[in-house]
Amino acid sequence: MTRGPRREATPASVPAVPRGDELDVSGLPSYGFGTRSLMWWGTVAMCAIEGTAFGFMIVVYFYLRSLSQAWPAGGAAPDLGWGTFNLVIILLSAIPNWFADRAAIDHDLPVVRLTLVLGSLCGLALCAVRAMEFTVLNVRWDDGAYGSVIWMLMGLHTFNLVTDVVDTMVLTAVMFKQPLEGKRFVDIAENCGYWVFIVVTWVPIYAVVYWAPRF
Amino acid sequence: MSDALDAAGPQAAWIARLWWISLWLCLAVFIGVMAALGLALWRSHRAARTAGDAPVRKDRALRVLVGSATLLSSVLLVGLLEVSVLTDRALERLPRGDALSIRVTAHQWWWEMVYEDARADHVFATANELVIPVGRPVVVTLEADDVIHSFWVPNLHGKKDLIPGRSTTIEFRADRAGRFVGRCAEFCGLQHAFMAYDVVALPPDRYAQWAEHERASAPEPQAADAVRGRELFLTGSCMLCHAVQGTSAQGRRGPDLTHFASRSHIGAGSIANSPQALARWIEDPQKLKPGANMPSHFLPADDLAALVAYLETLT
Amino acid sequence: MAEASSGLDAQAQAELARAWSDPPTFKGWICTLDHKAIARRFVVTALLFFFAGGVLGGLMRHQLSEPGKTLVGPDLYNQVFTMHGTTMMFLFAVPVMQGVALYLLPLMVGTRNTAFPRMSACSYWIYLIGGLTLFAGFACNTGADAGWFSYVPLAGPEYGFGKRSDFWNVLVNFTEATGLMLAVDLATTALKMRAPGMSLLRMPLFVWATMVSSVMIIFAMPTVMLGANLVQFDRMAGTHFFNPAEGGDALLWQHMFWYFGHPEVYFIFVPALGMISAIIPTFARRPMFGHRAIVLSLIATGFLSFGLWVHHMYATNLPELGKSFFTAMSFMIAIPSAVQLFCWIATIAGGRLVLKTPMLFIAGFFATLMIGGLTGIMLGSVPLDLQVHDTYFVVAHLHYVLIGGALYPLFGAIYYWFPKVYGRMLDERLGRWQFWLLSIGFNLTFFPLHVLGLHGMPRRIYTYTADTGWGPLKFVSWVGAMIEDASMALFVFNIVRAVWKGRPAEPDPWDGPTLEWAASSPPAPYNFERIPVVASAEPLWSPPASGPRWVAGLSTKLREGLVTTVLDALPDVRYLYPTPSPWPIVAAFTVGFWLVWSIFSNKGMLIGLLPPTIAFIAWYWPTKEEADAELEVEKRP
Repeated sequence: MTRGPRREATPASVPAVPRGDELDVSGLPSYGFGTRSLMWWGTVAMCAIEGTAFGFMIVVYFYLRSLSQAWPAGGAAPDLGWGTFNLVIILLSAIPNWFADRAAIDHDLPVVRLTLVLGSLCGLALCAVRAMEFTVLNVRWDDGAYGSVIWMLMGLHTFNLVTDVVDTMVLTAVMFKQPLEGKRFVDIAENCGYWVFIVVTWVPIYAVVYWAPRF
Repeated sequence: MSDALDAAGPQAAWIARLWWISLWLCLAVFIGVMAALGLALWRSHRAARTAGDAPVRKDRALRVLVGSATLLSSVLLVGLLEVSVLTDRALERLPRGDALSIRVTAHQWWWEMVYEDARADHVFATANELVIPVGRPVVVTLEADDVIHSFWVPNLHGKKDLIPGRSTTIEFRADRAGRFVGRCAEFCGLQHAFMAYDVVALPPDRYAQWAEHERASAPEPQAADAVRGRELFLTGSCMLCHAVQGTSAQGRRGPDLTHFASRSHIGAGSIANSPQALARWIEDPQKLKPGANMPSHFLPADDLAALVAYLETLT
Repeated sequence: MAEASSGLDAQAQAELARAWSDPPTFKGWICTLDHKAIARRFVVTALLFFFAGGVLGGLMRHQLSEPGKTLVGPDLYNQVFTMHGTTMMFLFAVPVMQGVALYLLPLMVGTRNTAFPRMSACSYWIYLIGGLTLFAGFACNTGADAGWFSYVPLAGPEYGFGKRSDFWNVLVNFTEATGLMLAVDLATTALKMRAPGMSLLRMPLFVWATMVSSVMIIFAMPTVMLGANLVQFDRMAGTHFFNPAEGGDALLWQHMFWYFGHPEVYFIFVPALGMISAIIPTFARRPMFGHRAIVLSLIATGFLSFGLWVHHMYATNLPELGKSFFTAMSFMIAIPSAVQLFCWIATIAGGRLVLKTPMLFIAGFFATLMIGGLTGIMLGSVPLDLQVHDTYFVVAHLHYVLIGGALYPLFGAIYYWFPKVYGRMLDERLGRWQFWLLSIGFNLTFFPLHVLGLHGMPRRIYTYTADTGWGPLKFVSWVGAMIEDASMALFVFNIVRAVWKGRPAEPDPWDGPTLEWAASSPPAPYNFERIPVVASAEPLWSPPASGPRWVAGLSTKLREGLVTTVLDALPDVRYLYPTPSPWPIVAAFTVGFWLVWSIFSNKGMLIGLLPPTIAFIAWYWPTKEEADAELEVEKRP
């Protein structure tokens, strides 16, 4: 069952046992998924922080655009090819990610290992595609405010993408070590959640960088 | 002495009115809350001295008091908000018919004033002084050449920032004659402290005379040392930055000096204008205004005297 | 109610002490994850920065005490006032509040450590390195000199000469990283690690305040980090975010800065409100009147503070109608603050006053903060602000709200909790002297500045001429500053003497209501021998009448704690805390190296990322000891 261990239980899934003036918690699990995990809250906070930065950068884009006559200033919008390819792959990557998440909650080590390896390879491929995207933006970062803004938007997301790919690779390595404690499955589930953040934040940034200049 | 509460025109007067209303209101609130606190402390102190462990009583009375105080605070805030908005509207409703139009550009660390006119040959420039007619609205266009500055004449109006890349305006009117001080009010670097300008409100006829005089080019120097001074001015480095209308000096990097001798201060408020002060200024402006963009000129004494003599003719 | 009757046998006590002890001497000091040790570091370091900032402030007062003084020239003066503001706001006010919260939070919610102790440990070193870097720049005459809010274009590539503003921009990265790390740790601890029975409404108001300010930090600090980095890119990489000639905008920086900057003052003020809410019930001998109203007010203040930022920009050419909206919002935020003030007065009125030094500082807070808050209302009105913006009137206002609204409560908090932290009482008489000297000195220093602002004196000028007439009040201001210095000297003397030979303190010298008073003074590394169970918002005044009072079943051989549910704090999951580790400090140094290198080199900005990456991976990588410990107590969900 994926619902129980993921959702915070009210009352607690394994209740503490009152014994006289003591409350015995020795029967409680030593880790939990989702909101039951401290790292979940840390990860959500991280997403809030980075999401605020992304959101603000998008606001900066439209703010500077509202002040200019020509946008882009005398240049072409970025080529759609690599960016759209990236969008497709990154959306598809959500599939092995979902399987990894489920497998982690089920403590299914072989599936977790497989999906993590696939995820790492997928991530590396995405990094390569991202590198190609930078070559077809059709503007330099020092070529006016427009160039600066879209390089910054791309740069922010790339930084997060690379960070999560590195994270994923590290976790892949961890899942091959012995002994393996059950708590590591929680880390996998958290990383899957963070990957969803990476995917979801790419969509508006892609729209702003590639499509906004065309309207 | 500049004083926001000594209003010499309607804009400053409206704001001063708002100030006094706010001050009395805030004073009343302060006294009220401190009195309540004092009373609470006193009662609490007295209760502490009675024996026993009486339970928390009077909470219902306290709830009524807290609720009423909150309600009263909200009402007062809304009232003050209304007064503030009304003041804002009053400021915007300054009649602008027959306004005098001046374009001010702020530089590090001096003020350029260009008096605009429909007739191109009636346009003239001055620096570090703003002379305006009493009773006539003035619309000042504000632009900045380098960093953000702020235009502020407390006796006449609140301030407005001059931001590079943006052009904006401020409107005011002087309703009495007098001399006022304007200052830069946004930190702009090394000599933000000395970026002032004299604001002089003249009766309309005297203003017209002044404007007529400003439009004229610099008079021909008569005395020998003044002639020599002009020679030095035009062949030395002065004309690279400064302009004197009627001569070949048309530099725009520093203040226009065509009628410099009639100004009250040198160096945007750095020092009062006098021949001795001028000599010190020319020789070593860095001493009086360290960091200013005007370099030092250690000239031979007689050259300096000639230059000063020339500049003193630029009335 | 003291810890004495905890019920753990001697062997279990010894095991617990061993499990929570740090390695000996230097290694222990570097690797400790004890939130109390880390918090003490934060507070002490912040106070040292405070004194440094105070010296700079004193220098400014001295320079301006007479017209035409030549103590300090314009270049040094610009660095001095920039360093003063930057130090006070970034290196003192926010870290000290977070530091106090870091100390108190686990004790108040009844747990053994914070949720992410390594992150807090790392954040301290990042903070220290950042602060020292800033001062290193200043010491080399290349200190930041564009004001504590560093407006472009003055701080930009064209007019911000040398490396000065680079130091400022990079400092922002250091301090905001620290602030964010602490905020995440504190918020998670408050939400997930409360003692069983401590539902959200039973959570102490200080913890609520910490949580509200932490959430605010999470949503506001990224903006200034982003902005400062954009300015850095303009300066170092040729971008044009703020260059109007190439499509950028000078005002963009102001929006980005003040969107952070206004909530920032509330990061400082809201925790202070929490301190006051902790102190008043103890000295009024009754539970807080309007507990729920105060919670709602704190949350409202947090939200509203994000809607005020344009009131710092009224003098710009933004649309007038928009500005009036911000007037309304600025006035509105006064209401939740007023509600709290009234609830506090009501609590005092309905109680039995014990007038000790902490309460004295609270009374001082009321008077001082009210003046600051009321001048704040004045500044919220657009027309009035247009006259007094960027003048000494604002300098007066901000010092009244910061010193009244943060420093007075902080001193109250120090007198209140010092016995808990050091096991010694501070001297009451010295405290009273400090209070009165501070109050007289402070008002002499800053009250005249209101008048000076109305008389046309702008901010940030290194000197002025005698004909302005500003001299006499400036002189009074200087005298006041020296009286304040005397009060600070007394404070330091009081602290040093108390630590050295102060009267020993009991666990609960004030008979307080919250859980920290159940721990010993100072608390053991593990805080409580047994995690308590809570049944009211004043746990020590109203312990559970029936049912369990302690948690049992947590290991005493390993660092085990309890994670509870968010709303009702039901026991949910057992949690093994991390053990002392060198990786936090190592990671902090790699981050510091990267950021400092980036001041001087674009290449450094990229290559310098490598060491932190390695450090953070090593930090995370579970060691065999950690894995074995997890497996020993493992129970799958």
